[in-house]
Amino acid sequence: MAKYGIWFRMKCKVANPSSSSCEPFVFSSENEAKIPEILSRYPPSRQVSAVLPLFELAQRQCGGWLPPSAIETVTAMLGMSLVRGYEVATFYTLFNLKPIGKYHIQVCGTPPCMLRGSEELLTTCKRSLGIDCGETTKDGQFTLNEVECLSACVNAPVIQINETYYENLTEESLQDLLEELAAC
Amino acid sequence: MLKDSDRIFTNLHGTQGWTLKDAQKRGDWDKTKTLIAKGPEWIIQEVMTSELRGRSGAGFLTGKKWSFMPKESKDIPHYLVVNADESEPGTCKDRDILRYEPHKLIEGALLAAVAIRAHIGYVYIRGEFHHETERLKIAIQEAYDAGLLGKNAAGSGWDFDLHIHRGAGAYICGEETALLESLEGRKGMPRLKPPFPTVVGLYGCPTTVHNVETLAVIPTLLRRRGAWFASLGTPGNTGTKIFCLSGHVNKPGNVEEIMGIPLKDLIERHGGGVRGGWNNLLAVIPGGSSVSLLPKDICETVAMDFSSLASVKSALGTGGVIVMDKSTDLIRTIARFSKFYMLESCGQCTPCREGTGWMWRMLTRLADGKGKPEDINLLEDVTHAVEGYSICGLGDAAAWPVQGLIRHFRLEIEQRIRENHAETQH
Repeated sequence: MAKYGIWFRMKCKVANPSSSSCEPFVFSSENEAKIPEILSRYPPSRQVSAVLPLFELAQRQCGGWLPPSAIETVTAMLGMSLVRGYEVATFYTLFNLKPIGKYHIQVCGTPPCMLRGSEELLTTCKRSLGIDCGETTKDGQFTLNEVECLSACVNAPVIQINETYYENLTEESLQDLLEELAAC
Repeated sequence: MLKDSDRIFTNLHGTQGWTLKDAQKRGDWDKTKTLIAKGPEWIIQEVMTSELRGRSGAGFLTGKKWSFMPKESKDIPHYLVVNADESEPGTCKDRDILRYEPHKLIEGALLAAVAIRAHIGYVYIRGEFHHETERLKIAIQEAYDAGLLGKNAAGSGWDFDLHIHRGAGAYICGEETALLESLEGRKGMPRLKPPFPTVVGLYGCPTTVHNVETLAVIPTLLRRRGAWFASLGTPGNTGTKIFCLSGHVNKPGNVEEIMGIPLKDLIERHGGGVRGGWNNLLAVIPGGSSVSLLPKDICETVAMDFSSLASVKSALGTGGVIVMDKSTDLIRTIARFSKFYMLESCGQCTPCREGTGWMWRMLTRLADGKGKPEDINLLEDVTHAVEGYSICGLGDAAAWPVQGLIRHFRLEIEQRIRENHAETQH
């Protein structure tokens, strides 16, 4: 979900577009094989619809972030103009335009979670990892963010780490979880 | 109280399996072919009779929406789009349908597709729901393998393909036209209406967009007939509804109940009561973050349906009930909702883009007791400058909780300003 206001996102989210020319992004053969199926979901004249799934595929291949070179490759593949690609990549908050840590910790901060202790969980994360929201630990293991509703309100408070939800957390269980991940 | 025999979502809590075999044991996909054989007009008529209203918040009559679709699909295709971009704070019912009852959704999608003459459907599912997506993917594959989707779906002679499209973390894509924009590979910015999606929707073709819960009740509704569905609840507010009980209740959870159940019953019987007892209740947000909160005296008697909640200037919304006990700082809580809307505003309309930020900043200041009592009126003016002045409903949704706070708790805000003022004087 959104991390910053729209204008802040527009201005700041793209890390450094000029660095894109260094190395062109190429889909791995394994991912390349998935592309025809993705494109087949949409009418032949509407292949641009595949931009979200292809960005997601590229982000997964790049270890959780979407480099400018990947945006270039995907937009060229779909026949979109580059600016359209950037428009999409900067609009959706699931695309990380900067490298992130191995574990992306996303603490839900909206009221159903807030009423059940999400602020304490965020404090625990900050203290335990020694970073603030939007930052990554020096060893590149953890990135911390406060996110908007994760839609698991009846099991609040909730944290999403990479693709998995951790529900009904307490400060203690979160502390244990973070220690477990750090040891991995 | 809802009788067990009238329950639609018999596996809402995941106590049984979710696969095709398990779903068939519970009665899903039973004689789907004969339902389809009765024809699109019959399906639409039954849904009309049932008076089913959309479960995503707006509460539009489903049968009516279907009747707006062109009767013949001649040169251009029709599309069915399932809105599984659930991200309204306080709401998590669609997630449990996707996890535990995916076949109800798939069967409902097929039946709806027949009614609106669509051969292709897309499920737009929020990107954060990774495991839910994986499960739905398997469930759809099971349906294809069993001949229930694809060419001649369920032996009915109707071809129907259902695809999954993952979102990427934008609340605004839950708005139907923003969802269509996103599905077309653009930023999720809502379109001006009219034309409505039933006329010009996905790829410029007639499209019907439905919430997951709305579609998932269709198969049971058709099997047991619209009149049965209409016999539950109250006139104009028929059927059953999944309520999500969160916040300060002893047993938070999703529960399917009859439409029009008293809010107090819902909390006491299904939520295990308010933390610290009923008298410890401060306020309840009855339908997800976009509706006005209700103070305790209204909660004593109000019923959970569209009309009753509208009569107390709130709304049923998505049925996400957020309970707040007396330990809650209401001003800060509503300020957090305003922050949510500020972050999720797509930025297209100036009143919403700027106004949501204003509301958040003013409420944060008032929560600290700073500012002047006149600021409350200014804040109210700001909400009225946003409400009704944006393309989609996000601006309205941002304004209503703030208006509700001022309507019911103005004295508390003033008191906080006075207390803070007195403290700084000493």
